[in-house]
Amino acid sequence: MPRSASKTSKKRTQPDSVTSSATDPVPSASSKKKSCKEMDATDQLFYKYANTSSGVIDPEGIEKLCSSLKVPHTDIRILMLAWRMKAARQGYFTKAEWRIALTALKADTINKLKKALPELEKEVRKPLNFRDFYAYAFKYCLTEERQRILEIETICKLLDMVLGSTFRAQVDYFVNYLNNQKEYKAIDMDQWMGFYRFCNEISFPDMINYNLEHSWPCILDNFFEWMRSKQA
Amino acid sequence: MEPKIIDFEQGWDYIETGITAMKRQFEVPVPEITPEHILDLYTAVYKMCTQRSPHDFSSQLYQKCCETMEEYMNSTVLPALNEKLGDEYMLLRELLKRWSNHKMLVRLLSAIFHYLNRYFIVRESLPSIEKVGMGYFRDLVYNKIQCKVREAVLALVDKEREGEDIDRKLMKRVLEFYVEIGMERYEQDFETFMLKDTASYYSRKASSWIQEDSIHDYIFKSEQCLQKEKERVSHYLHFSSEPNLVKVVKHEFSVVHENQILEKTHAERQISLGPLAKIFKQHVTDTTINAKEQVLIRKVIELHEMYMVTECFQNHTLFHKDLKRAVAGSDALLATFCDRIILKKWGSEELSDEDIEKVVIFLAYISDEKDIFAEFYRKKLALRLLLNRGVSDDHERSILTKLKQQNRGQFTFKMERMMTDLTLSRENQNSFKEYVASYNHVAKPGIGLTVTLLTSGIWPSYKTFGINLPNEMVKCIEVFKEFYETKTKGRKLTWIHSLGTCHVNGQFDQKPIELIVSTHQAVVLLLFNTKDKLSYNDIQTQLNVGHEDLVWLLYSLSCGKYKILIKEPATETVSRTDVFEFNSKFTARMCRVKIPLPHVNDRKKVIEDVDKDRRYAINATIVRIMKGKKALGLQQLVSECVEQLNQMFKPDIKAIKMRIEDLITRDFLERDRENPNIFRYLA
Repeated sequence: MPRSASKTSKKRTQPDSVTSSATDPVPSASSKKKSCKEMDATDQLFYKYANTSSGVIDPEGIEKLCSSLKVPHTDIRILMLAWRMKAARQGYFTKAEWRIALTALKADTINKLKKALPELEKEVRKPLNFRDFYAYAFKYCLTEERQRILEIETICKLLDMVLGSTFRAQVDYFVNYLNNQKEYKAIDMDQWMGFYRFCNEISFPDMINYNLEHSWPCILDNFFEWMRSKQA
Repeated sequence: MEPKIIDFEQGWDYIETGITAMKRQFEVPVPEITPEHILDLYTAVYKMCTQRSPHDFSSQLYQKCCETMEEYMNSTVLPALNEKLGDEYMLLRELLKRWSNHKMLVRLLSAIFHYLNRYFIVRESLPSIEKVGMGYFRDLVYNKIQCKVREAVLALVDKEREGEDIDRKLMKRVLEFYVEIGMERYEQDFETFMLKDTASYYSRKASSWIQEDSIHDYIFKSEQCLQKEKERVSHYLHFSSEPNLVKVVKHEFSVVHENQILEKTHAERQISLGPLAKIFKQHVTDTTINAKEQVLIRKVIELHEMYMVTECFQNHTLFHKDLKRAVAGSDALLATFCDRIILKKWGSEELSDEDIEKVVIFLAYISDEKDIFAEFYRKKLALRLLLNRGVSDDHERSILTKLKQQNRGQFTFKMERMMTDLTLSRENQNSFKEYVASYNHVAKPGIGLTVTLLTSGIWPSYKTFGINLPNEMVKCIEVFKEFYETKTKGRKLTWIHSLGTCHVNGQFDQKPIELIVSTHQAVVLLLFNTKDKLSYNDIQTQLNVGHEDLVWLLYSLSCGKYKILIKEPATETVSRTDVFEFNSKFTARMCRVKIPLPHVNDRKKVIEDVDKDRRYAINATIVRIMKGKKALGLQQLVSECVEQLNQMFKPDIKAIKMRIEDLITRDFLERDRENPNIFRYLA
């Protein structure tokens, strides 16, 4: 019996347990046509971590999930999982979102999920996906309605998590800069993406190909000048 | 029957006779060749070209045609010109005549040999008859005499420079001839030499004038020459020559004799730019006025006349640069200086209103960041207007009109509105007086109240603080509010007591003295009507004024030059434990005394305000540009911005980038997905 598709879930609304027709970005072998038995296994796994009254996995549940997976709470892989399921709200997984990710990863037990994580990471780190993931990471942290900026503290943690392994030096210096400057109290999406572009395009730490007259966000211009003054 | 074959000799003979007749008509008045004749000739050519081989004489006819033109150049045209070489006018007239003839001849030949032109020539890829003809004229005639022609033209130009009247129409046609022969001929054969000739002509003139004339006359003469050269272009030279010509003249007059000009200026007026700048800066930080300033003003006026009146020097880099360098970064000082000179008229030799106007306009002109100058000027103007200091309205308006002419845009908008406000305010005040006179409430306001109404946003914003007014003043304000409601409904009135003035009568022991104080000060003083002695706390409680403001007020009344109140203890500053007493022993020479309030230095605020305005201006400009262009790269956006804002200030790329980011945050713009260097307008 086909599931009835009802309203599409919007961002930042109360998590609902009604079926949503969120589409799966990466095609997986068996999408909607599963046997009832498999659904149940995935569902069962969901209910292991979900909050019984709200019907969604809440932050507490996620912590439990992390310890089950033997992954630190602040590990990037959880964020990757959230990305994979296009989780709308930070700290919460709905059943629909859960199903998307686990189906794609072909996991219906904790062990299978754990084993699928390296594959997930590889998937995310593909250049085309990573940019999307990087943008997602920022949006994921926007908790308030109409919020468009993230505080410096959050940004620093996020940068460390998301780019720490690939652009260690840039992240370290930039975080240092952010903590020392007084001009900016928060970062917006444009500046966030700008930094990613910076890491990819600008040779570091010499920054020989950086040009103040190009359209880099001003915060990066300031960072550049700050670096230069330190290098002098 | 077959048409009769035309034999070549016969045919050509017939044609040649016709051509000779054509040529004759250029030399002597003979009846013009008729269209029928031309048709006959055409037909002959046609026949001779369409006859079957070997009677197809196209090639021979072509050759003959070319030969006949060539021959004509050599036998008739060139000799005719060579004859006239002795006289400029005769040569030029002959040239034009021959040129006109030539064009006619070519036209006629093209008509007669039309069939050739259309088929044979195209088939054989040969140059057309017209082309050949032009080539011959250029090579066999023009090239041989062009030097002489040029010399003739330049000789006439020099004659005109010396004051002789020359035939300008002729000159125009000659130069049009050059252009017809080819623009490169105009430029290489004529213009280059003309410029050289001009340079040497003015070089001679300038050298002698710089020795003989005063600097004023020299400049005047150079101006005249420049003007005349421009006229020359409009009358007969090709318009493309103007920029180079102007450059040459300016060079000969100002650049070549730069040093001498400076020396002369120095000798005659004892001006040298370095010390001027120093005196300038010295003046505006000095609080005392002295004789040096009189001299300075005169110098400034003279400099102004020298630089502003003469176009020759107006944009000349040397003077401009030095002058701007001397006053760079002093836009605030320039405006302050304007204020001082508008308010003060020095010593024995009063400066006329015109002089003062000239100086103000000049200073506005040389200021670098016009919006800072304008802002300071506006603030000073406001104080002049509000505190009734200084000069007449007419004079202020006259200056504003001139500033408006000189600077486009919003430079004087607010200031003019300010003056209008005052005029309206005065009218309003009259109405108010009538209203009060006919006031039939039992308790009329016992104090005369004059209200100046300022439109917010037009005037600089003034800080004021609240104070508990005495009943008499409250009554006044109520009456005015009532009155104002009858005139305009729904407007909010904010009272700026810090700008108000009160005339308070002080009944001192020796003699009564009228005190001119601010409203706030008056309120403090009036407290002492009921009690002779009051503590700081008493006063604060009754007036409900903040500590800093109250200290400031009490200081002005007890620690300044005029001590209306006696402070115990008599220390230098006011503190919360002080007690104040009415100083009945106070007296002064005059019977009216002004008690000033020390003004807060608001320079920082002005700069802040200007910065804010600049941010708005850049934002608005970016939005305007992007709305039109929809998508634009950063560099282009920056250069367009700079161009549009250039009148008032020069925004740097950083400021523009910051504004762009602000607009991105506010969803006016977005970065292009593919190319982050491009911005898009979001509808």
